[in-house]
Amino acid sequence: MAISFEKAFGIYPQSIQVSAERAEIIAGNIANADTPGYKAKGLDFKAALAQAASKQQTGMTRTNEKHFDVRMELNNGVGFRVPDQADTGDGNNVDVQVERNLYLENSMKYQASLQFLNGSIKGLRKAITGGQ
Amino acid sequence: MSLFNVFSISGSGMSAQSVRLNTTASNIANADSVSSSVDQTYRARHPVFAAQMQKAAAGQNESVGVQVLGVVESNKPLNVEYAPDHPMADGEGYIYKPNVNVIEEMTNMISASRSYQTNVQIAESAKSMLTKTLALGQR
Repeated sequence: MAISFEKAFGIYPQSIQVSAERAEIIAGNIANADTPGYKAKGLDFKAALAQAASKQQTGMTRTNEKHFDVRMELNNGVGFRVPDQADTGDGNNVDVQVERNLYLENSMKYQASLQFLNGSIKGLRKAITGGQ
Repeated sequence: MSLFNVFSISGSGMSAQSVRLNTTASNIANADSVSSSVDQTYRARHPVFAAQMQKAAAGQNESVGVQVLGVVESNKPLNVEYAPDHPMADGEGYIYKPNVNVIEEMTNMISASRSYQTNVQIAESAKSMLTKTLALGQR
């Protein structure tokens, strides 16, 4: 019976990957908190995780910067946030407090996934070394 | 690895906010710079922020950093004051003061400094997330 890493690690590697993407998007929102006309973006975690798990991403590799970017992504889960309050005057709808807390939450989820992944690795190590 | 992009994004935010802090410092420092003609008078400067769309257009990623497109001078009318005794007064006895609103600049300064701090915290917590990832699987 072979050890299957796919089965041993479960969904956690994809979950970590999606959390990292989400961290990047939230960091972009916070960096643009004072940019006129910027609209805050968010990541639909469920859709993004489903896409990462199914690995349905077909496309052509860009080897030259003049190439067109031909990618077929079903739904990468990125969308614009629905603002809580009306336009404050400059077209920017980033709510820094909300983004800050979402970043914190995302960071905790990332670390939780890491913790689970680490548990799987420890289990495998124990199986390999026989607990020595 | 997309977590590394967080550093460049929050770095762009930090540099944009520091430009804003710089112009604010310059405006406050020159708030009382008097001159004897309209052309020579200091005018309040403000940076123009814009999202880094060329990177987003390349289709690489969804998140964008911030850039400073340029610094524009305010078009508000200058403060003209009648002060014939002033050594800088022109032929008709007027001096020209900058159109800097010090209260506005102070609030701008607080806002820029808070935004800068938020970006630093984002980079800091991305760093701790990466450090934990690097320690994955170690005893």
